Amino acid sequence: MRPFSYQRATDPDMAVQALSAAAAANNPLTRATSQPLAGGTTLIDLMKLDVMRPAAIVDINPLAQGWSAIEPGGEHLRLGALAKMSDVATHDDIQRNYPVIANSLKLAASAQLRNMATLGGNVMQRTRCNYFRDVSYENCNKRNPGSGCAAMDGVNRMHAVLGTSDQCIATYPGDFAQALIALDATVEVTGRSGTRSMPFADLHKAPGNTPEIETTLQPGDLISAFVIPGRWPRSVYLKARDRQSYEFALSAAAVALDVQDGTIRDARVALGGVATVPWRAREAEAQLKGQKFDDGLAQRAADAAFAEAKGRQHNSFKIALGKRVVVRALQQAVMMEI
Amino acid sequence: MTAAAPEPKANMGQPVPRYDAVAKVTGRATYGSDMPLDNPAYAFLVTSAIAKGRINSFDLADAKRVRGVIDIVTHENAPDLKESKLFSNGGYAGTTIQPLKSADIAHDGEIIAVVVAESYEAAREAANRVKVSYSAVSPSASFDSPGTTKAGAKGQNGQFKEDPKVGDFAKAFNEAEIQLTASYETPTQHHNPMELFSTSCAWMGDTLVIYEPSQYVYGLKNGVAEQLGIDADKVRVVNPYVGGGFGSRGSMTPRTAIIAGIAKRLNRPIKLVPTRDQGFTIATYRAETRHEIKLGASRDGKLVALRHEGAEVSSRADPYCVGGTKTTTRLYACPNVDSLVSIVRADRNTPGFMRSPPEVPYLFALESAMDELAVKLNMDPIELRRVNDTTNEPIGGKPYTSRSLMACFDEAAKAFGWAQRSAAPKSMSDGDWLIGYGCAATCYPTQMAPAAARVRLQRDGRTRVEIAGHEIGTGAYTILAQTAAERLGVPLEKVAVFIGDSDLPPGPVAGGSNSTASTCSAVMMVCDQVRQRLFKAMMPNESLMDKAKETVGMGQTPSTEAAKSDRPLDLEKAFDALGVGVVEEYGEWKPEGAPPDSFKAMHSGHARLVGGAAMKDKIAYAFGAEFVEVRVNRFTHEIRCPRLVGAFAAGRIMNPRTARSQLMGGLIWGMSSALFEATEIDERTARYVNDNLADYLVPVNADVPGVEVILLSEQDDHINPVGAKGLGELGNVGTNAAICNAIYHATGQRIRKLPVRLENIEV
Repeated sequence: MRPFSYQRATDPDMAVQALSAAAAANNPLTRATSQPLAGGTTLIDLMKLDVMRPAAIVDINPLAQGWSAIEPGGEHLRLGALAKMSDVATHDDIQRNYPVIANSLKLAASAQLRNMATLGGNVMQRTRCNYFRDVSYENCNKRNPGSGCAAMDGVNRMHAVLGTSDQCIATYPGDFAQALIALDATVEVTGRSGTRSMPFADLHKAPGNTPEIETTLQPGDLISAFVIPGRWPRSVYLKARDRQSYEFALSAAAVALDVQDGTIRDARVALGGVATVPWRAREAEAQLKGQKFDDGLAQRAADAAFAEAKGRQHNSFKIALGKRVVVRALQQAVMMEI
Repeated sequence: MTAAAPEPKANMGQPVPRYDAVAKVTGRATYGSDMPLDNPAYAFLVTSAIAKGRINSFDLADAKRVRGVIDIVTHENAPDLKESKLFSNGGYAGTTIQPLKSADIAHDGEIIAVVVAESYEAAREAANRVKVSYSAVSPSASFDSPGTTKAGAKGQNGQFKEDPKVGDFAKAFNEAEIQLTASYETPTQHHNPMELFSTSCAWMGDTLVIYEPSQYVYGLKNGVAEQLGIDADKVRVVNPYVGGGFGSRGSMTPRTAIIAGIAKRLNRPIKLVPTRDQGFTIATYRAETRHEIKLGASRDGKLVALRHEGAEVSSRADPYCVGGTKTTTRLYACPNVDSLVSIVRADRNTPGFMRSPPEVPYLFALESAMDELAVKLNMDPIELRRVNDTTNEPIGGKPYTSRSLMACFDEAAKAFGWAQRSAAPKSMSDGDWLIGYGCAATCYPTQMAPAAARVRLQRDGRTRVEIAGHEIGTGAYTILAQTAAERLGVPLEKVAVFIGDSDLPPGPVAGGSNSTASTCSAVMMVCDQVRQRLFKAMMPNESLMDKAKETVGMGQTPSTEAAKSDRPLDLEKAFDALGVGVVEEYGEWKPEGAPPDSFKAMHSGHARLVGGAAMKDKIAYAFGAEFVEVRVNRFTHEIRCPRLVGAFAAGRIMNPRTARSQLMGGLIWGMSSALFEATEIDERTARYVNDNLADYLVPVNADVPGVEVILLSEQDDHINPVGAKGLGELGNVGTNAAICNAIYHATGQRIRKLPVRLENIEV
């Protein structure tokens, strides 16, 4: 860890100003010299590991009063970005009408971390790639652009099979983001030019040739809220992992269905633990929409979801596993008694 | 009585609560890095980012600019330290790779610089700013890497003296009605004790005090003195609570003498708290192993031929090996046995002891093979063990001092509900989950080492017990207090125990599960010396002296009425007769069969463990049986282990509460070893990749919903005065095989490589 200045932002303007003031023009957000601090469960970790070296920390926790509301409405659900994961996971209305959200949060991290971590910080959490998190490895295109990728032919069991490039195969580790992307959430961003909204699906950027750029946010931008349209009581988050709790997904599926008289009117499928960014499996959804559900259909949807997947030495199993997880999540969603 | 404090059976002590329970839960227990120092400087290590090659140069300019930096020590300006021999070669060190000696690098994460600063934060920041230029050479990472060398362990490792064999294996195997050949693999594992590999060194004039988590304060004291070239009397190691060891703190690591040397040069106490990931490379670990087992049997299940070939990875520098064939060739009756252990040298740090070093990998192989044989024979695996149970080990024909293996199988099977198992694979399920039951034998040699103790008894019953034993979390304080209280007939709460300090009378290494047998035997003996002095004062009549002299094992009742009538001793009367207020005795105890230089070695910090298979005309082991229920998800292939049941017999159980806790920890660790724990090595760079507790998986509470420990009553009068067999390393031996055997039962798939991950399952 290196010395840094610490400032508490007591209102959004102050936060935005503090975060943009120190921002160097060409730095992507991940390398900005000024970083917001919410729950701190990723940032502090990475600072201790010398991976992130911000010169200034802007503590945005004082904004929680305005930015942590959980507002279930008739038309949509609005979640403040500073709401704690644990509060959202255990909220009655969310458990009833958005089980995919509640479970994606409940199955993430540990109780202690969920009590600290915020929704906004959660979607921004960075990859767990060991080569990224250990600065003694020089080859990391995400950390040292242009230096190569040590994971590509290294120990890559936990790495991505979808959305990869020849520059980076680091997995996006989160769970909640899969629920958001599946449900067509929008994200509210407060920045230098006020507050704007964009589809959550536009927040993250696949690595391509610039794995160091992880989102479309600019220095000075802060996520203030998420808005989820509609209600999805028939929804499931299924997560396969090495241990029963406190572990990242080897493969996860966020599934939401609208089934009427045995026909799937709408289907949402997103994948966790297998892709470089929050991953919407629209090809799977296309297979499902307008069809009567059976196991064969679930299998075709799962196959479509992973049609483009590319495995490496240690992670090829994720393709077969991911398909089985999608199949089972779909079956569970169909079987739900609403 | 509760589950945590089981009702004592015959030959068991009381399940009294831990002596140090309150101190631990209130944070008053002081671990190595908690020890306050006067105006310390803080050290932070820089470790190598390559596994093989040379350092071309350092660029320290940026690091030196960090405010508060006092010194940066590299091979160019390191303290001059003498080499230390490997513990198995008569030295103290866990590795002979001495960092900071030259620009050469022998393994990943070798210490290449030490930054010393006014604060931990400044030292860490400066360490992050040290730039190193390397000339890297392509290293050999493990078994299959080019450039490794392989040779038999016999002859190169001082502690591996023979490849056990008897009869004519080849002929018997070829003629056997049933033959089985199978290969098994175990991974690299790291101990990851909670307390990091810290050390604090403070000089007072020419005397050095070391605060460091240690499982052998006498070994560390003597080893550091040797490296510094000073008299061992000038070094004191203090460590009242170890904070977990699991073998990693049994032998000296290079860090201590380096920090001591820098502290001397700077004339200031230095505290070093390395990071978790540095712990993977600056200390030891369990190396990966490979095995081939050949079993020949008759149709009724009797073994006629057994061969165990093992290979283990070690460093280029040191021939470390665990050589578990000494156990696996002797566990079952079999007239024709052959074995071979080899060491494969790679560009790695030197491996070392890790809880049940030989038995964990070697019994995984044998007990998996026994299950495979049971399947081939269409025989219940418990019955296969029963058919091959023996009172004498087959290599030398020596009798086991006691052996409750089948009693453990029967007790555990009953508690587990083995009878409800439907034998066919894939025949049991519950919803999405396939269910499998599996079992395996567990065993661990009964070992003892010389130990000395001082016991001081006051007229009011207050007692002080001093012995340089170690509290690695096992309950050492508690059982030493119990032993003294019971032996002297004083209330437990009046006994104060002092351990973990090399200024105390020498105790053995807390390794090889010898501590309880050794330290309690010594304390018992010295308590008897105290009693004898009091008796003599009360019984001037020579004819009554005999009963004072009678020393009986704690598990035994006195043999004469006279001796019985002396209990309890009326302390006040005895002290009045003696005319003093305090009696203090010192004594040195050694086990039967200890080598002649035992006491000398005890003082100079050389462990001289005796017992197990190495005894002259007998063999002593503790036994157990472990049963597990495994569930495998049909869809995700996730593997969970909702139930672990173990039954164990280990001679006298000093305290059923602490014994249960230790065995429970063993079962959980065994499960962890089977399903979670593996250090991943990057084949190209020979570097450990998942070197942190987020990625080196260990179980969380949700992974261990049900653990049951059954303690069997067992009396063994042929091992040591206390009659105790070590059980610290008994619990985690059989679990690996039991889990794989259960996975076979659940899925029909035999997995021979650990850990078992969901991608290994093909349902």
